[in-house]
Amino acid sequence: MIEYNTLIVLIGTSLLGLSAGVVGVFAVLRRRALIGDALGHATLPGLWIAFWLTGQRSLPILLTGALVSGVLGIWVIALLRKTTRLKEDVAIALVLSVFFGAGIVIQKMLQARHSSGASGLNDFLLGHAATINRDDVQLLVSLTLACLAVVAILFKELKMVAFDAAFAQVQGWPAGRLDFLLMLLIAAVILAGIPAVGVLLSASLLVIPPAAARFWTQRLAPMLALSGGMGMVAAFVGTFLSARFENLAAGPTIVVVAGAGFLVSFLFGPHGASDWMRPAPRLEEPAP
Amino acid sequence: MTPGTLPILDVHDVTVAYQRKPVLWNIDLTLHQPRLVDIVGPNGAGKTTIIKAILGLVPLVSGSIHMFGKHLEDVRGRIGYVPQRESVDWDFPVSVLDVVLMGTYGRLGWFRRPGKPEIALAHECLAQVGLHDFADRQIGQLSGGQQQRTFLARTLAQQADLYFLDEPFAGVDAASERAIQALLQKLRDAGKTVLVVHHDLRTVPSYFDHVILLNVRLIASGPTAEVFTEENLHKTYGGRLTILDTLSQAVRDQERSP
Repeated sequence: MIEYNTLIVLIGTSLLGLSAGVVGVFAVLRRRALIGDALGHATLPGLWIAFWLTGQRSLPILLTGALVSGVLGIWVIALLRKTTRLKEDVAIALVLSVFFGAGIVIQKMLQARHSSGASGLNDFLLGHAATINRDDVQLLVSLTLACLAVVAILFKELKMVAFDAAFAQVQGWPAGRLDFLLMLLIAAVILAGIPAVGVLLSASLLVIPPAAARFWTQRLAPMLALSGGMGMVAAFVGTFLSARFENLAAGPTIVVVAGAGFLVSFLFGPHGASDWMRPAPRLEEPAP
Repeated sequence: MTPGTLPILDVHDVTVAYQRKPVLWNIDLTLHQPRLVDIVGPNGAGKTTIIKAILGLVPLVSGSIHMFGKHLEDVRGRIGYVPQRESVDWDFPVSVLDVVLMGTYGRLGWFRRPGKPEIALAHECLAQVGLHDFADRQIGQLSGGQQQRTFLARTLAQQADLYFLDEPFAGVDAASERAIQALLQKLRDAGKTVLVVHHDLRTVPSYFDHVILLNVRLIASGPTAEVFTEENLHKTYGGRLTILDTLSQAVRDQERSP
């Protein structure tokens, strides 16, 4: 039997998986997958500093701190790219590891000091579905529904900017601001994923379902539906298993389930492994 | 000044730099009549940059640009743009028709989705570039030339008066080159102005009626017959001897043609 509290959490994380799958399609198409991962890792120091300053383990406070340091991490990546010769992969790897390292250092200091109050802080690393309460679920659900609504309303605009930002800009669309909005959606989904999936793996929900969905379709709308569906199923199954078995962290379980879906999609999707067997569609006519 | 005398394009004293290195220096350029214009110059001459500067995609260090006597913001609806083919991801999950429909997004404005009139227009534009049978293909399943024609159809759907095309002939097959060339002439005959970045100097005299020679500075701008001369090409390409033979050949071809 599923307890009432578990059911609430299951609904919450399933919705989270759905909206991560949908937002993730744009993140993947706009090549923001690694940035999302860096953002997820960079939330950790802010999360602990928020806890240290307030002494409370309340989710809105912790997530606010997480947002601040996550955005700071993204900003540092942009700054490094702009002012130095470092390439993007170096900037991302650097921010991801340094911020995450700082987060762990602060966490260990806090855990040494408040041996009781800081117990369960490890849950935020890998996620722990059982410790989420009803208020938390409400917060997560409103965040994820807001993301879904934005994608539904701005479908055409996001599609154009993801495909060809310069063309959109020449037409007069605020490509930079739409891009920023997409980054906000990515950040919102990652933050909403922290309690259930953890900072380490939160961004994976943005990446695995869209990558798997692409193996089944050549169109954006079905890709969004499929990716959202896969994210939802992975989050549901992973959360369920984590709630059932005491020592099973939700994050890794969800990711393993999603990864299994990816493997199946790759093997059996019409645009996955079978693409290898087919010859290239056509050859270029050589120039005269 | 009466509206009839307003230049189609007026580039005044424009300088553009990337990290303090000037790529365009004091460019003054005016187009009064609808023309099919080629922007010619060696690599790094600023050909793509001048298009991007006119379209507001790179900041100006100094100078001003007007189209139809107005600032860019007020004439966006009259401007079409075809970026370099490599600038987008052709694995993107959209159909050829989807891409062409993006040309109508500017007129549709926020939130409104393309409806029947837009879809009919997009099909018409695809027919004009000879791709009507390819509307439902995913864009990655096209040849390079077909991809370029898809971009052209998208800009036709913009229904613009002034077009900027960045290397539309690069890496396309002979059939696509002919189709693109015919379409550009049709646009010019319909009273539109088309500015094209095009590398193959041999075809310049037969394709274009106005040439802009550029190498960071403006070397010359005028009717092909007057401006596309050996002397100007020498000035534009400097001492790069390997290509000078090609240039002389191009000029001789032009002199031979009526």
